[in-house]
Amino acid sequence: MLGIVAAIIDGVLIGSVYGLAAMGLTLIWGVMNVVNLTHGAAIVAGMFALYLLTAAIGLPPYATLPVILVGGFLVGVALYWIAVHRMVDRAHLMSLLSTFAVNLVVIGLGTAVLGTGLFNVPVTLPSVTWQRYTFSGTHILAAALTALIAGLLYLFLYRTRPGKAVRAVANNREAAELCGIPTTRVLSFAFGLGVALAGAAGMLIATMFPFTVLSGDAYQLKSFVVTALGGLGNPAGALLGGVALGLIEGFAAQVMPVSWTLVIEFVLFVAVLLLFPRGVFALRRA
Amino acid sequence: MKDDTTAAIVADRRVPMPRRPFFWIIALVIAAFATVPAVGNNVELRESLLLATVYITLASNLNLMLGYAGYINFGSIVFFGLGGYIGVYLISAHNWPLAAAELAAGVAVSLLALVFGLGILRLRGAYFALATIGINEAVEAFVSNFQPWGGSAGLYLPTTIFAPLGGPMRALWVIYFLLVGVMGLSLYLAYAVKISKFGLGLMAIGQNEDAALVLGVPAPRYKALAYSMSAFLPAIAGGLYFFKSAFIQPSDAFDLGLSTEAMVIVMLGGRGTVTGAAIGAYLYEELRGWLLTSESFSNFQLVVSGALLLLIVLFVPGGLMGWIYGRWPRTKAVLE
Amino acid sequence: MRKLCLLAAIAAFFAGPAAAAGDQTLTIGMTLSQTGSLNIDSLAQVRGSELWRDQVNDAGGIKVGDQRYKIRFVTYDDQSQGGRVQQLYTRLIVQDKAQFLFGPYSSGLSATAAVITEQYGRPMLIAGGAEPKTYTLGNKYLVQVITSADHYLTGAIDALASKNAHAKVALVYSDDPFSKAVAIAAREHAKKSGLSIVLDESYAPATTDFSPIINKIISSSAEALLGGGHYTDGATLARQVHDQKADLKFVSLLVAPDSPEFASLGPAAFGVTVPSQWEIQATYKPQFGPTGAEFVKAFQDKFKVPPDYHSASGYQAGIILQHAIEQAQSIDADKVVAALNAMDVTTFFGRFKIAADAAHHGLQIAHEMVLAQWQKKNGQLEREVVWPTSAQTAGLLYPLH
Repeated sequence: MLGIVAAIIDGVLIGSVYGLAAMGLTLIWGVMNVVNLTHGAAIVAGMFALYLLTAAIGLPPYATLPVILVGGFLVGVALYWIAVHRMVDRAHLMSLLSTFAVNLVVIGLGTAVLGTGLFNVPVTLPSVTWQRYTFSGTHILAAALTALIAGLLYLFLYRTRPGKAVRAVANNREAAELCGIPTTRVLSFAFGLGVALAGAAGMLIATMFPFTVLSGDAYQLKSFVVTALGGLGNPAGALLGGVALGLIEGFAAQVMPVSWTLVIEFVLFVAVLLLFPRGVFALRRA
Repeated sequence: MKDDTTAAIVADRRVPMPRRPFFWIIALVIAAFATVPAVGNNVELRESLLLATVYITLASNLNLMLGYAGYINFGSIVFFGLGGYIGVYLISAHNWPLAAAELAAGVAVSLLALVFGLGILRLRGAYFALATIGINEAVEAFVSNFQPWGGSAGLYLPTTIFAPLGGPMRALWVIYFLLVGVMGLSLYLAYAVKISKFGLGLMAIGQNEDAALVLGVPAPRYKALAYSMSAFLPAIAGGLYFFKSAFIQPSDAFDLGLSTEAMVIVMLGGRGTVTGAAIGAYLYEELRGWLLTSESFSNFQLVVSGALLLLIVLFVPGGLMGWIYGRWPRTKAVLE
Repeated sequence: MRKLCLLAAIAAFFAGPAAAAGDQTLTIGMTLSQTGSLNIDSLAQVRGSELWRDQVNDAGGIKVGDQRYKIRFVTYDDQSQGGRVQQLYTRLIVQDKAQFLFGPYSSGLSATAAVITEQYGRPMLIAGGAEPKTYTLGNKYLVQVITSADHYLTGAIDALASKNAHAKVALVYSDDPFSKAVAIAAREHAKKSGLSIVLDESYAPATTDFSPIINKIISSSAEALLGGGHYTDGATLARQVHDQKADLKFVSLLVAPDSPEFASLGPAAFGVTVPSQWEIQATYKPQFGPTGAEFVKAFQDKFKVPPDYHSASGYQAGIILQHAIEQAQSIDADKVVAALNAMDVTTFFGRFKIAADAAHHGLQIAHEMVLAQWQKKNGQLEREVVWPTSAQTAGLLYPLH
């Protein structure tokens, strides 16, 4: 019994980071109707940024977070102009394929340069022990930082003008254009923001688990599942969806053989897509 | 799809296949595949052409959904993998003969595709694409846990399976010819669909599904049929391919990378064209094979595939055939 | 004039290879996992083989009658995936004209490659595939130099049982052909030895988050952990077991702890045991080839790191093949296989003898494994052989907590 509670708590902690990762994906999807298939590569980039900054420059691990957020934003904006700008109004197929192509190139370069070995960033933090179960300090801090970033994002989207412009463009691009909002700049801004969030999520994941150049795929898939749960374009939903996924994973692993959790996850994914097209946690929208 | 191509199709829909030049071009390609390696007993060529036939089969069948109906099936490899598993299972556990096992695999997977399809074809665009990934991953995760199929350790076939075909060496040739046959059927199927009323309906769906519905195209039925059709031959190809390997495991059978390569091929060759899928697959397979064994490039195949795809999507969305049609408009009538 | 030059060029092209036949080269083909999750282990294995090749070539080559054959390797990257293995091995045989083959690393990839040997009749020495099933499918050309998977955890279970006859065991292993084969045999043996298995589960090989399964280990009150898979998951599991304070009394993981890299885990590595095909401290008296100490020195000089058992098995594949060729005094595939079938020898790596009957051809039946444990020696983490007691260099540390 205690084991199940411990698993659920740990699941929620890790799940919130999944939610952070998905927030970036869902923001981009909601604002410009583009499914960003470089999402996985952005997550991996965040992981390696943590590794390189701590190993090469000796920055303390958590100090890399602001660097990665800013760097990710700039990379995202550049990526928008290279691969996405021309695709925004075309059929879904084109933007899917172009972001997918960029993903192949980035991962391919990563593999060629860094190899496919396992990388680990040793982060030691005091852990919390309850009964016989231990909650790693890194998991707790990652969840806390996720909450912080999510809060900042909320403030940005709802309390600042640029944030409102982003929401306006997400809501109705033509109307926003008519109101004088520079939609193209907003789109590139939103894309940068999405990539920054993905990079930040990658960095936090790297403080918890080891990774390889190929780790992005698994987290990208999880982001899709979370986005489906939370509804498109709904960052709050994404966070909730992430927590829900973490909870399900943690719980399922305790009551059935661990190898079945992946089956549950993907069946859930397809089921949610079919039954809750707006997401399970979608807010009522006019 | 351009309007004048559609017009051309509408115009000569009633000309039966054997009277069309393209029909004979396909026949020529099949004959070439079958005879060239056999003539010199050129085993190395046969191995690389074998992979090419698999790619062409996957790409042509993917074209039915992607090229004609405009539905992106990211997880199309699930048909190949399931066909492989069913074929290998029937042969190893129940001693079915090769032909029967593969046919059964094809039928079973098409039926399964119909069932899956009826569910997910209600989704549009990116949702559908993601759902196909979800299905592939769910099936892979399930098969990894499914002990009668060996779970994650996979299924092995003893070398005695090659005996009814005349021993391992001869069996390789037999399988190759069968795969060439499957490839040929895929090309003919894609062509037949393209020039039929069914194909016209699919293309209408691809252009604007709502308009097609309004005009009376039975979209849900057509989509389900196309999805199911696109599963049949890849399943048989999977069965034959894994029979040849005498070993199948989930990570090889449900490799998303192969699905995505099929997609790159369809785009590379020219979406919606039969020749495109074939030429694209052949070129891509040769390129990839060369990159893999080349000293300096073996790490770069992903980069090259990605860069190629990006260039096509950004600058030449019609692919190779699109470019050819543009430069030599007369080929449109002959090379479909 | 032009036509004559062209004809001459064509003639030279065809005459070329014929003239080169006087060149005595023996080509050995193999794939290695230059990329992918099996990279670390695969590289170690190939390095062992390369050391052998270089030593043979430096000595002038393998002597057959009055000819000397120098060894040439042709390798391709299999990317740790089965998809291209068959195509690559076919290419090695057909295009690169490999006369002998070394298997890839890992049981899954070895199984895929094995079919090719039957189809083309080339002997393949397998140093990296322990799964026994591959040898039961009817083959004539496979030769396994390492102990098969069903024996891996036998020593660990015996060692554990000697300290705690009714220990509670958690069997947690990677979902891949090799680890599954090990687990099946371990289950049987544990039950026979009186141990109780309180948790028995597999995880996906690419898992990096082991906390759910470690929670289950803690909940099951297990005292010992047996299992793991290959390097990447094994090392991660060891680290997280330590971080989550699972406080186990005995840990035995496959493969990973045998790599010198494992020491980088620091405190998480301490006390972890590993079933090993060979350890530096092994004292087998070789009938031919180098002694253990000579091998270690040569490897260290060449690669600047100590060898692990993967490198040793890669080297073993080389000297066994060499001995078989010398015994058969021929490089003909069938004659060499006949020599391999008849061999019962001891090298620095241990004993070598394969089953020659059709039902199990190629299965290694004489080589034995040892259990090694990471212990502290003069403040440094080092591996000591702790089981069997006849071969031990230090006592087993038990319990760890």
